[in-house]
Amino acid sequence: MGEGVSARNGGSTMSGKTLYDKLWDSHLVKERADGSCLIYIDRHMLHEVTSPQAFEGLRLAGRTPWRIDANLATVDHNVPTTGRENGVEGIEDPISRTQVRTLDDNCNEFGIVEYGMNDQRQGIVHVIGPEQGATLPGMTVVCGDSHTSTHGAFGALAHGIGTSEVEHVLATQCLVQKKSKNMLVQVDGELKPGITGKDVMLAIIGKIGTAGGTGYAIEYAGSAIRGLSMEARMTMCNMTIEAGARAGMVAVDDTTIDYVKDRPMAPKGEMWERAVASWRELKSDDDAEFDKVVHLDAADIEPQVSWGTSPEMVTNVGDRVPDPANESDPIKREGMQRALKYMGLEPNTPMTGIQLDRIFIGSCTNARIEDLREAASILKGQTIASTLKQAMVVPGSGMVKAQAEREGLDRIFIDAGFEWREPGCSMCLGMNPDQLGEGEHCASTSNRNFEGRQGFGGRTHLVSPAMAAAAAIHGHFVDISDYYDRAG
Amino acid sequence: MKAFTRHTGLVAPMDRSNVDTDMIIPKQFLKSIKRTGFGPNLFDELRYLDEGQPGKDNSQRPLNPEFVLNQARYQGASVLLTRANFGCGSSREHAPWALEDFGFRAIIAPSFADIFYNNCFKNGLLPLVLKEEEVDELFRAVESVEGYALTVDLENQTVATPDGKIYHFEVDEFRRHCLLNGLDDIGVTLEDADAIQAYEERRKQEAPWLFPAG
Repeated sequence: MGEGVSARNGGSTMSGKTLYDKLWDSHLVKERADGSCLIYIDRHMLHEVTSPQAFEGLRLAGRTPWRIDANLATVDHNVPTTGRENGVEGIEDPISRTQVRTLDDNCNEFGIVEYGMNDQRQGIVHVIGPEQGATLPGMTVVCGDSHTSTHGAFGALAHGIGTSEVEHVLATQCLVQKKSKNMLVQVDGELKPGITGKDVMLAIIGKIGTAGGTGYAIEYAGSAIRGLSMEARMTMCNMTIEAGARAGMVAVDDTTIDYVKDRPMAPKGEMWERAVASWRELKSDDDAEFDKVVHLDAADIEPQVSWGTSPEMVTNVGDRVPDPANESDPIKREGMQRALKYMGLEPNTPMTGIQLDRIFIGSCTNARIEDLREAASILKGQTIASTLKQAMVVPGSGMVKAQAEREGLDRIFIDAGFEWREPGCSMCLGMNPDQLGEGEHCASTSNRNFEGRQGFGGRTHLVSPAMAAAAAIHGHFVDISDYYDRAG
Repeated sequence: MKAFTRHTGLVAPMDRSNVDTDMIIPKQFLKSIKRTGFGPNLFDELRYLDEGQPGKDNSQRPLNPEFVLNQARYQGASVLLTRANFGCGSSREHAPWALEDFGFRAIIAPSFADIFYNNCFKNGLLPLVLKEEEVDELFRAVESVEGYALTVDLENQTVATPDGKIYHFEVDEFRRHCLLNGLDDIGVTLEDADAIQAYEERRKQEAPWLFPAG
């Protein structure tokens, strides 16, 4: 751990190819004399927060987008999750309103397809890409958002970029890149009932640390990963950036192909057959070598809850808040002390003893239909604890919301005492009015527990949707395994 | 983009690891559609005791006296010395924009998060990696000597201390070249427009489903 960015090498070249090697090679436009590479981008997703300065840059330089149809835009970070009847004009915060309107204007000016705030296809950018078939296996996918790693679940090379690179992709359809190293995270065996992709990923981050993947592209493999649904794989790839790696990916299999089939933007007919034949190759060769390999035994993974202010500060629900006194590294110890002070927690407190104020089910990590089904299955016929100030569900997209309503999931949530909201990023980062108050503890299905992330002084505990739902009933964390044992 | 060749500046020590980009510039300031003006809200939650908002008069806000950038001896600092995994989390380029707008020209750490590292180079800000023990040495020096300044030389890839000690750092040749010359890398890429078009033509044969518009 602690590898500097400058310590990268070119990855393994002596043996068979990894999935990452294959994706890299098939998108290499040119390798320059200085070793930098031009990589072609198949899909560019845009949202309102990281794009305005890029469009402005294009205009100032008198440039036009290289390939309009590779771009797809939506508004997600700023949009309110209530009161959308009045459209963009109805957004109360004038600065948010301007930012949302600026994306609308830029997409109109340059002819880019945008799912605007009241389009049913609107939603979190990393939910709508896969949902619409805009994300396909074998693609390179980028977006000015670090959770773009989500799309790697399709056997794609996907990662977040900054605004200057958003402008670069718009203008050239390429990025200047240096190849990352290859890491394999192998999870074998059978997951216990109630253990989700979220728990697996939090356990991986707890093991390798928040910088453990820096400089690597991570491939998730093993029988436990093969057994996961596409949506669970998306959850895992989504949080790859929380382990420090920009890109995470899973090889293509029947689960991938079945998910993509018949999506609005997926190829059809003969073209579909041709594409599938090509996608079947999107896996690491048997003799591929990785620069680093990490093993986890699926059966060891317990429901995870974060206790601190970094996603690596995570533990089993049955454990206690760790004691900094037991940490030998002074920098780590100080980091733990600072985190506990911010979180208002004493060492050795049982994780199940932390009183919660709010529950948030949503975000690009866990706001897809399966996440809502899982949470609803726990909440059916139950009511949330009277000690909670609020519990809310924010579906990942208008399509997810409509599907959930067709299945009656909205009724289950509402009857239990949850608020049922309009789609967007919402309380994951609180750029819209959905925020934690100072000192409030929240069980959140989102991806980051950083200081202030969900609101000034807010205290985030990262969990799976099932864990969040069970915590809502009790007002504190409970071991979800008990639920599944009883149900089973 | 502003070129970076050689810079001598006062060093401010930020002694914590895993400083995330939410901490560097909190989300409420990301609503701006401009690239400038983020400096007064750099490290907002650490720097001030109250909650910052866009449009709030920062000169009237209570400062956190504990925070390093508020201490008299570090006023005017332009080199930030920090710990591992600086810039982790969100890809927001507002983070380097805020650091640059505040007046930082170079950041020294044992490691950086990938996306942040990359974003710095687009903004005339040099992130440079030194060994863990070298960073430890610099922390001790900065904290013991008031007015401690370092000279960062990108041409020679060195950091020089006031007492003449030289540390060497690595940087990719392309990034170094662009930063030394203040180059717009979009312009550089467009010099290869023919190669991009040739790639597209080849790819349309191999994987036509990626080009539905033809």
